[in-house]
Amino acid sequence: MNSLRKKLDKIKLHFEEGGKLSKLRSVFEGFEAFLFVSDRVTVKGSHIRDNIDLKRTMIIVVLALVPALLFGAYNTGLQHFRSIGVDAALLQAFWFGFLRILPLIIVSYVVGLGIEFIAAQIRGHEINEGFLVTGLLIPLIMPIDVPLWMLALGTAFAVILGKEVFGGTGMNVFNPALLARAFVFFSYPGWMTGDNVWTEGLTKGQNIIDGFSGATPLSMCTLGNTADLPSFMEMFIGTIPGSVGETSTVAILIGALILILTGTGSWKIIVSVFGGGLLMGLLLNAISANTYMELPFYYHFVMGGFAFGAVFMATDPVSGAQTEKGKWIYGFMIGILSILFRVLNPAYPEGVMLAILFMNIFAPLIDHFVVQSNIRRRLRRAEITIGNKSLTHETSMY
Amino acid sequence: MSRTINLKRGYNIPITGAAEKAIAGESNNPIRFGVKPVDFPGLTPKLEVKSGDRIKAGTPLFHDKNRPEIKFTSPVSGVVISVERGERRRILEVVIERSGNDYIDFGKTDPAFLSREKITERLLMSGLWPAVRQRPYHVIAKPGDQPKSIFISGFDTSPLAPDFDFIMENLPAPMFKTGISAIAKLTDGKVNIVLKKGAPKPPLPDNVDAVEISYFSGPHPAGNVGIHIHHLDPVNKGEVVWYINLQDVIAIGNLFGQGIYKPERLIALTGSEVINPQYYKGLSGGSVAPMIRDNIRSWNLRYISGNVLTGTKINADGYLGYYDSQVTVIPEGDKYEFFGWALPGTDKLSFSKTFLSSLFPKKMFKPDTNFHGGERAFVVTGQYEKVLPMDIYPMQLIKAIITEDIDLMENLGIYEVAEEDFALCEFICPSKIEIQSIIRNGLDLMIKEMS
Repeated sequence: MNSLRKKLDKIKLHFEEGGKLSKLRSVFEGFEAFLFVSDRVTVKGSHIRDNIDLKRTMIIVVLALVPALLFGAYNTGLQHFRSIGVDAALLQAFWFGFLRILPLIIVSYVVGLGIEFIAAQIRGHEINEGFLVTGLLIPLIMPIDVPLWMLALGTAFAVILGKEVFGGTGMNVFNPALLARAFVFFSYPGWMTGDNVWTEGLTKGQNIIDGFSGATPLSMCTLGNTADLPSFMEMFIGTIPGSVGETSTVAILIGALILILTGTGSWKIIVSVFGGGLLMGLLLNAISANTYMELPFYYHFVMGGFAFGAVFMATDPVSGAQTEKGKWIYGFMIGILSILFRVLNPAYPEGVMLAILFMNIFAPLIDHFVVQSNIRRRLRRAEITIGNKSLTHETSMY
Repeated sequence: MSRTINLKRGYNIPITGAAEKAIAGESNNPIRFGVKPVDFPGLTPKLEVKSGDRIKAGTPLFHDKNRPEIKFTSPVSGVVISVERGERRRILEVVIERSGNDYIDFGKTDPAFLSREKITERLLMSGLWPAVRQRPYHVIAKPGDQPKSIFISGFDTSPLAPDFDFIMENLPAPMFKTGISAIAKLTDGKVNIVLKKGAPKPPLPDNVDAVEISYFSGPHPAGNVGIHIHHLDPVNKGEVVWYINLQDVIAIGNLFGQGIYKPERLIALTGSEVINPQYYKGLSGGSVAPMIRDNIRSWNLRYISGNVLTGTKINADGYLGYYDSQVTVIPEGDKYEFFGWALPGTDKLSFSKTFLSSLFPKKMFKPDTNFHGGERAFVVTGQYEKVLPMDIYPMQLIKAIITEDIDLMENLGIYEVAEEDFALCEFICPSKIEIQSIIRNGLDLMIKEMS
C-alpha cells in the first residue's frame, strides 16, 4: 500500500493546477479517492465524522444488486439454451449469460463515467459516486439483446439531459437509470417490446426450436393469455424471460433485505409500493372485467419489473420523496399506478417504469404539502401564544 | 407541575475517554488565562486594555462595539501579557498572567432586594451578562428584552460530557441558590430547570416560586437547551427565550453572594488520548496546559475546548472557552486509508448500519479527526431526522438557508435552532456537508435581516 501511496504522491504533482496533466485532475482525484480515503481532517464544525460517505452508501446498493445480477446471468443463459433446445448445466448457463451481460455493463459504465468525469472537470467538482449504482442498474433493466450503441445512447441521454443539465448527482428530477430505459423504449420500441428481445439470440432467429415463444408473462397477460402463464413459483424464482435483472423476485428480495438492514434504502417506500400494488390488485380482482383483472393480485408482485422497481428504483433518494411522510404517499402511488398502467393500458405491457417516472415529477409536490403542514403547525402555535398574550393584556387593562 | 418528556430520536456516539468521577489537586491551577472574543458569534470586540496593564478579577478587557454596555472581564487578577490577533487584525484572545488575588468589588447584595434593572446592570458590569444567551439566534441576550422564560439545562448528553450528577454533588449550594434568585428576577415567566429523568433536584431558594423543574430522557441531543425550549416553550416569531449554563448560575451566585466575578466550574478532561481523564476545579478561560502536561498518550493530537461535536480547536497551551466546561483530546486523522470505504469495517464508527461494526452495539471507538470522504450534494434523505428530536424538517431548513430564502427559513423554524442542535446531523452526513456552519450563516443572516 505504501509504495502505491508513494507513487500516487509522486504523479499527483502533474495533475495539480498548472501541471501538464491538469486537464485530467478530476479523473486522477476520482481514482485516488477510489483507492485511498483521503487524509483530509476536519477544520470547522464537528471534529469527528461518521465513517460513512457516498462511496460506502453506493457500494452497499451495488452489493444489494449482486444477487439480481448473478441470477440475471444464469437466467440469460438458461433462456438461451432453452430456446435452442439444449439442456445446459447451471454453471454453463451462468457463464454464457455472464459473458453476454458483461459488454452491457462495460458500455454503460464507460459511457456514463466518461461523461461524469468530463462534467466534474468542467465544474471543478470531485467525481460523484451516483453513477456507480446507475451504471449497474441500466444493464439490469434492459433486454439482453439490446444493441450496445442503443444502450450507449440511452446512457448518454440519461446522464447528460437527465442529470448533468440539472447540476449533477443530487439535483436530478428523474431516476437516471429509468430515464435511459425510457429513452430506448420510446426511441426504439422494437427493441424494448415484443417477444424476441428478451432471449439472447432470438432476434437473430438462428437454431431456435419450434414452439419456443420467448414471451414475457406481462405480454401474455396483455394479450389475455393468462392460462399459459408460468407457475407463480417459477416467476418468483425468476426462470422466465424478461429484462436482465428483473425476473427473480427472490434475488431482488435478498437485495431488499440488504438495503433495509443497512438502512441504505427506505423500507417505507419499498413497503408502500407493495401496499399500493396490493390494493390496486385487489380492486381489479373485485372488478374482474377481463381475464387480466381476474389474475390473482399477488401475481403482479412476481411479474415484470414490479419488485425490481419497488426495491431499486423507487428508493432512489434523489428523485423520490424526501420527507418521511411523503415517502409513504410516494411509494403507495407508485404501487397503484404500476398495476393500473399494466392492466388497463394496452399500449405498454409494463407500467412500473412509467409509474415511477410519473411519480418522480410529483415527489416535490408531495414533499411540499408535507412541509406546508409543518409550517401551518408552527404558525398555529404562534397564534395561540399571541392570542393568550392579548387576552392577559386586556384583562390587566381592566 | 413537572413535565417529563421522553425522546427517542438522537444518538449517543460511543467513544472512549469519559472522565473519572474524581477531582484533581490544586497543583493543576493554571497561571495563564485567555479571554476569546471568538467564543461569541457575531461579536465585534473593542479593547479596553493593552499589553502590560495590571488588572483585577472583574476588570473589563473588551466590550461589544455595538452594545458597549456588554463587557467581557478578566477571570483573575494579574497582568495582560498579550493580545493575540489573527487575519485582518481580528482579536483572537487577550492573555493574562495570573498574580495576586485582587477582585473588583461589585457589592454583595441579596438579589431578592434588587430590581431587575439593578441585577442586569451588575451582570453587565461584572462580565457575566454574556453567560445569558437567547433564542432566536443563539447569541448573547439583549439586556432590554423581555424573555418569556429562562432555561437552565441540568444535564449534558454530548459525547464524553461532564456528568452533571457529579457536578451537582459538588455544587456550592448557597451560591447556586443565590444565582437562581437573581435569574428569577430577569423574567416575568418561568425559570425552567431541565434535568435528566431520575436525577435529584438541585438546591433551590425557598422564596422563589417561578422555578419549574422538567425531566427529559433520551440520547443526545436530549440535553441540549434548544431541544428543551422546543418541547416546553417553543420560540415563535417575535418571542425571546433566554438560557444560562448550569455552572454559570454559580458564577452569578458568586457575584451577588460575594460581590466578585468568579466564573468557577468543574471541568472534565476527556478523550481517548488522555491518560487520566478526570475533573478539574477551575475558572473559565484557564489554560489547559497544566491538566494536559504529562497526561497524554501520543503526539499529533487535536485539543478541543468543549466536546468533539461542537467544541473549538485549541492549542495544547490554549484556553478553556467561555461557555465550556470540558476539554477533549483525540488523535488527528491526517493519514490515508487504502480502500477505507470498501472494507468490511469491524472497527469503524458509524451511525449507519453499513459497516460490520454495527453488529457490535456495545463496542466503544477511538475516533480521529479524519473527514472520511469528500463533500457532495445532498443525496441520502431521511437521515438527519433520526438524530434531531424536533418538529423541524432539517434538510428543508438547511436548503432554505443555502438559498437565503428568509421567509422559508422563518417558516421552517430558524428561530428555534442553533448550530449545536444540528451537530449530529453534520456528524452522520454521508455527503459531508458542513451543516453547523450553514446553520450559523443562516442565523447571522436573520440577525442582519431583522435589524
